[in-house]
Amino acid sequence: MAKFKTPLIDELEKGPWPSFVSDIKRQAKTKPELEDLLGQLELSYKDKETHWKHGGIVGVFGYGGGVIGRYSDMPKEFPGIAHFHTVRVNQTGGFYYNTKYLGQLMDMWERRGSGLTNFHGSTGDMVLLGTQTDQLEEIFWELTHDMNTDLGGSGGNLRTPSCCLGMSRCEYACIDSQAICQEMTMAYQDELHRPAFPYKFKIKVSGCPNDCVAAIARSDCAIIGTWKDNIRIDQSTVAAYVNGELKPNAGAHAGRDWGKFDIVKEVINLCPTKCMSWDGKELKINNKECTRCMHCINVMPRALRPGVDKGATLLCGAKAPILEGQRLATVIVPFIKTEGTFEEIKEVINKLLDWWMEHGKNRERIGELIGRMGMREMLKATGLPPVPQMVKEPRSNPYIFWEESDVPGGWTRDLAAFRKKHPL
Amino acid sequence: MGYDPKNPMKDRITDIGPRSYEEFMPPVIKKNFGKWLYHEILEPGVLMHKAESGDEVYTVRVGAARLMSIELIRDALKIADKHCDGCLRWTTRNNIEFMVDNKSKLEPLKADLKANPMFPIGGTGAGVTNIVHTQGWVHCHTPAIDASGIVKSVMDDLFKHFQSMDLPAQVRIALACCLNMCGAVHCSDIAILGFHRKPPFVQHEVISQICELPLAIAACPTGAIKPATVDGKKSVSVNGERCMFCGNCYTMCPAMPLMDAEGDCVVIMMGGKISNRISAPKFSKVVIPALPSNPPRWPEVVAAVRNILETYAKNANKYERIGEWAERIGWERVFEKCNIPFNVKTIDDYTLAYNTLRTTTQFKFS
Repeated sequence: MAKFKTPLIDELEKGPWPSFVSDIKRQAKTKPELEDLLGQLELSYKDKETHWKHGGIVGVFGYGGGVIGRYSDMPKEFPGIAHFHTVRVNQTGGFYYNTKYLGQLMDMWERRGSGLTNFHGSTGDMVLLGTQTDQLEEIFWELTHDMNTDLGGSGGNLRTPSCCLGMSRCEYACIDSQAICQEMTMAYQDELHRPAFPYKFKIKVSGCPNDCVAAIARSDCAIIGTWKDNIRIDQSTVAAYVNGELKPNAGAHAGRDWGKFDIVKEVINLCPTKCMSWDGKELKINNKECTRCMHCINVMPRALRPGVDKGATLLCGAKAPILEGQRLATVIVPFIKTEGTFEEIKEVINKLLDWWMEHGKNRERIGELIGRMGMREMLKATGLPPVPQMVKEPRSNPYIFWEESDVPGGWTRDLAAFRKKHPL
Repeated sequence: MGYDPKNPMKDRITDIGPRSYEEFMPPVIKKNFGKWLYHEILEPGVLMHKAESGDEVYTVRVGAARLMSIELIRDALKIADKHCDGCLRWTTRNNIEFMVDNKSKLEPLKADLKANPMFPIGGTGAGVTNIVHTQGWVHCHTPAIDASGIVKSVMDDLFKHFQSMDLPAQVRIALACCLNMCGAVHCSDIAILGFHRKPPFVQHEVISQICELPLAIAACPTGAIKPATVDGKKSVSVNGERCMFCGNCYTMCPAMPLMDAEGDCVVIMMGGKISNRISAPKFSKVVIPALPSNPPRWPEVVAAVRNILETYAKNANKYERIGEWAERIGWERVFEKCNIPFNVKTIDDYTLAYNTLRTTTQFKFS
């Protein structure tokens, strides 16, 4: 027998999509605090307002992030969720797990938490929803000692880096996104656990310009795989697509009759740089003009492959609209090699962090700092060379902040000599 | 053994980071790492990846509410134990993927998944995949709307597009329950955003005891909050005309709540994307500034999303994302085709507004 009547949220048990309400109700049989959660959620559905209070400062010794305090604003009515804190556990690269590890984590969360999770949170962590303050150190002990894992980030720190599944199961991956993500996570453990930044800083790694982890939209530092040389073409397989032996786009459009595959209409004419041609026998690509949008490769994955001179493009400064408006990440290094322990990438990140920590205001993301101080200051601080790949177009106003050292003779002038030529 | 509260620093382990993915990849994935040739979508929700070695891995993708119980995850683990050598993975859009290394193992895996309605197979190719979203009323202190309930309602309505690939291109839907956008809906084909529309209360009698007033003042991006003295107590005043309802002050100061059942609403945005394919990544644009937030099923929101999706599906070219379709036909045409009334509130008047105004005589008449 349920503790509360929940007619409103019961409506969400209908329909074909998996119902979180049914799921929570089943779990509530062994985790009675979830009855209180359902009761409070029903009340929110009635009131059309949340009943969670502001987070308080809770955490584990020595860390400033990874745990988010959460309290019900109706603790008397719903005592089981009076304290209902969140624990962020660092996910694995590409979200691969085995049943032993996750089984261990689930068992721990049954003993020490509510039994409710997010797989995964928006930044990427495994999010464990709902525990009490006195459990936090116990949880941290078990995570580190028994499960050999660690907390993720929250607050003004490096947020848990995340990546696509990369080379593990994708033919498009130009870089080992998982290895880069793991290395960045390990190299910046202190920054991840001890907030010292003006605000959050996110690193995301995508294997190719399809950008499955949304690095370009969501990360302060986006690392996106690319290539510099020629797209590899297998002409006989191109012919197989043209002849209809192979389905375009790996069969992604199979649910509708779009007619016979037309390589001119569907590939050549859609190429953003018009650098391709098809004469009925041979596909030609003027690779020098290609901007690596991936469309032709996505349409004919069995015939076309990225080149072999692979690396990453670094972009900086993406964020959602709060506060100064939305930003996509912008190019700061067109091509960087991704080898060994990725020292070249770390060197750029370190310089970005130094500059941002020196000049960033409270709650100012690095993209907003670039907006406020200009690319000029960022480039000066990082030593990155200005290149045309950084801009869509050059500036259309000439209001250039020249510096004294830029101008022949500097800014010191002889007024007397000037007035001799130009009397007042 | 175990944690000793009397001696918290004893045997403490810190900064070890996450487990490595290398421990958890299925053998066929590990063996062919970086050596994949191509993939095919065999049917909605089922992928085959071919490696240079000739090996094949078959993946079955299932949808899931991101909010999951440990019992449901254990159900997934049981299937992974039975069929997939104990390995499984999640996608960046909260789907679960089960992988087998031989075609003969595919049908038994699918049969077990189909037996559990909590694991619907789909989410591949030119269809609607899982909605990425935030916490909402289930676990957040600033939401204007719920998250899981709206996602459930919209996905119920669009379910056939999750299990088919009948759209011009993939459609990525995202939901964020307030302007903070933990769900980063600012680059999605269709975005559902919760929004407050009443400026914060100021609880003058307690604010100076529970908040750092300078932090609350500094948190306001539009300078709408000023120091004030009310009834002899230090407090703040809010200029409602300058408030853009972001809730930053509330994040800094619990004595300034702004949620309100009447005022809170749903914004519908469209035309954003992340991929660099064909055209550059782009932001979502506001097309409906406010819909009512009507739990438990949000019929107005569900109808608005379906309307945009169906109008796009009927009119766009193959491979064209919603934003690319909108740019080809022009946004004036989008409002007409979708039968969405144009509203002065969809004209930008924030920091980057000028970039969005029309600076040419080239436009289409309605």
